[in-house]
Amino acid sequence: MKTTSIASLLLSTALTFAVTGVASAQDKTVKIGALSDQSGLYADLGGPGSTLAAQMAVEDSGLAAKGWKIDIISGDHQNKPDIGTAIARQWFDVDKVDIIVDVPNSGVALAVNNVVKEKNGVYINSGAATSDLTNAQCSPNTVHWTYDTYMLAHTTGQALVKAGGDSWFFLTADYAFGAALERDTSAVVTANGGKVVGGVKHPLNTPDFSSFLLQAQSSKAKIIGLANAGGDTTNSIKQAAEFGIGKGGQKLAALLLFLTDVKAIGLETAQGLNFTETFYWDMNDQTRAFSKRFGEKMKNGAMPTMVQAGVYAGVRHYLKALEALGGNPHDGVKVVEKMKSMPTEDELFGKGEIQPNGRTIHSAYLFEVKKPSESKGPWDFYKLVGTVPGDQAFTPLSESKCPLLKK
Amino acid sequence: MQALYAQLLVGLINGSFYALLSLGLAVIFGMLNIINFAHGALYMMGAFVAYFLLNLGGINYWWALLLAPIIVGIFGMILERTMLQWLTGLDHLYGLLLTFGIALIVQGVFQNYFGSSGLPYAIPDQLKGGMNLGFMFLPIYRGWVVIFSLVVCIATWFLIEKTRLGAYLRAATENPTLVRAFGVNVPRMITLTYGLGVGLAALAGVLSAPINQVRPLMGADLIIVVFAVVVIGGMGSIMGSIITGFALGVIEGLTKYFYPEASNTVVFVLMVLVLLVKPTGLTGRAA
Repeated sequence: MKTTSIASLLLSTALTFAVTGVASAQDKTVKIGALSDQSGLYADLGGPGSTLAAQMAVEDSGLAAKGWKIDIISGDHQNKPDIGTAIARQWFDVDKVDIIVDVPNSGVALAVNNVVKEKNGVYINSGAATSDLTNAQCSPNTVHWTYDTYMLAHTTGQALVKAGGDSWFFLTADYAFGAALERDTSAVVTANGGKVVGGVKHPLNTPDFSSFLLQAQSSKAKIIGLANAGGDTTNSIKQAAEFGIGKGGQKLAALLLFLTDVKAIGLETAQGLNFTETFYWDMNDQTRAFSKRFGEKMKNGAMPTMVQAGVYAGVRHYLKALEALGGNPHDGVKVVEKMKSMPTEDELFGKGEIQPNGRTIHSAYLFEVKKPSESKGPWDFYKLVGTVPGDQAFTPLSESKCPLLKK
Repeated sequence: MQALYAQLLVGLINGSFYALLSLGLAVIFGMLNIINFAHGALYMMGAFVAYFLLNLGGINYWWALLLAPIIVGIFGMILERTMLQWLTGLDHLYGLLLTFGIALIVQGVFQNYFGSSGLPYAIPDQLKGGMNLGFMFLPIYRGWVVIFSLVVCIATWFLIEKTRLGAYLRAATENPTLVRAFGVNVPRMITLTYGLGVGLAALAGVLSAPINQVRPLMGADLIIVVFAVVVIGGMGSIMGSIITGFALGVIEGLTKYFYPEASNTVVFVLMVLVLLVKPTGLTGRAA
């Protein structure tokens, strides 16, 4: 009994392979897997909104009218690398997924990166921050779309050091992302003549930061760098205000802040914070039009975050590459090569390119949170302070440690 | 040394929430014999009710302190009447599973409508600002939380251990048939007790709203720690849960100072140690 069932399983798997093998380049079926934190502290900045963004990208591509069949499935990695890789493996092996998108949480993102490479899928990461995805751990199957820790350090971090913030204390989320962000920012601080006087690593998803904030306060550092994200950042900022940290002359550096975080903190407390993003809904007519359509489909009418915008733009570019190839080869390396050979251009991020290490290059924007009196609507939060061109914001190829770059 | 005082005080603040929540759990377990896993969800509902009262009804924090526990308490009593009461006499496991299920449903509903990053709730004007204690800057609101929860904890302890009503309650737990024979409406008393425990959770929710985000998962993150507190203190022991709540808050605070990476596991390490040495908890009676 047992042997027969295994034999039939093997046979059916072999048949499936045979079928997909025959399909080759004329195959016009695509399966997209949106893997995200669907219910935890990163669910609002990615989560269901990222799945929606992928759906909108598929609709806007117009490929359905040209005979393509594109399906989207979504999964919840719960911020656990083992769950993330298990879903990714199942998607590739059982559900025949071609591409995985989003994947916030650097720990999960790096783990999934290996699975995608092993299965020769396509990986467009938008949600994770770690710059390792296009550095030491780069892969021919991976495109890192929206932002990374190097960019955050060289925009927000650098601007603060140059404005006189030359001593830093870090509050760091104790996992791959926090470590990468602290590392990249510390490098910028020291390179610009500042120094790091201390830091504390807190567990992911900490409700109370008062102990850590007191340590930061007594360090007398001019800048308290928040190397954390999502709910951890909003709690840090709210509680720092409570402990009077801004009034004592110390300044908070929110190294990574999303639209949904500002919404959660409220303008009263968040006003004046400086930070960097690569997308904001209220940049121009095109971003506003997209965001309006997006908001209408979200339960709470939320505007898209840069992570969700990155999922949209990444999927659009992926589908353009498939169209140029004339069909889906179901070969991750081949598709990513095609994506890298085409310049990127979309309504949300404008013109850009994907570098050989998988890093997407586009402009980064320095924003400041508006005062409550300046805000005209429920999502009117940012004012633009400066623009950093893509080639200055992201890792120069000469500094990248990616093995794909033959030097 | 100064930093150490500050950490002790901060620990005491977190301890207040642990104490209030574990007190409610202890009351419910002691009187109803139910392991109330919905406690975290009810705490979250307290915070949300305060948010709605303020943003929809313009009702301020002070009224919310009174109204939210009543509203959520009534919700709890409905739960008890419609579901929990049928579990009397069954194994603890049934109550645990039922309340866990209720918690998941309530959290899921809130998450569906409000997302996960939460809503802001401002500190009331009267409690804004802080004072410089020399060794630290103490936000007035946090000081208020410590004092207020101490008062509530002691009042609850007094109600149950020292008043006639409390005596009825304790007697009803020991022997419901006999107490009923004296003309006391035992089922109604049990419902009210569950309402009281739930109200305490909601009260903690209102207190924490200005400090933390009002988030659907705020209770889920906290409830596991609170259960550890109850186990360490001894299931069902009122004073035990209050003292352990404050004590563990302080221990956790000190861990955040000396070895922050372990700050969210230290409580469980202690729980294991206590269970090994004294399985009934520090102040628990043998079952």
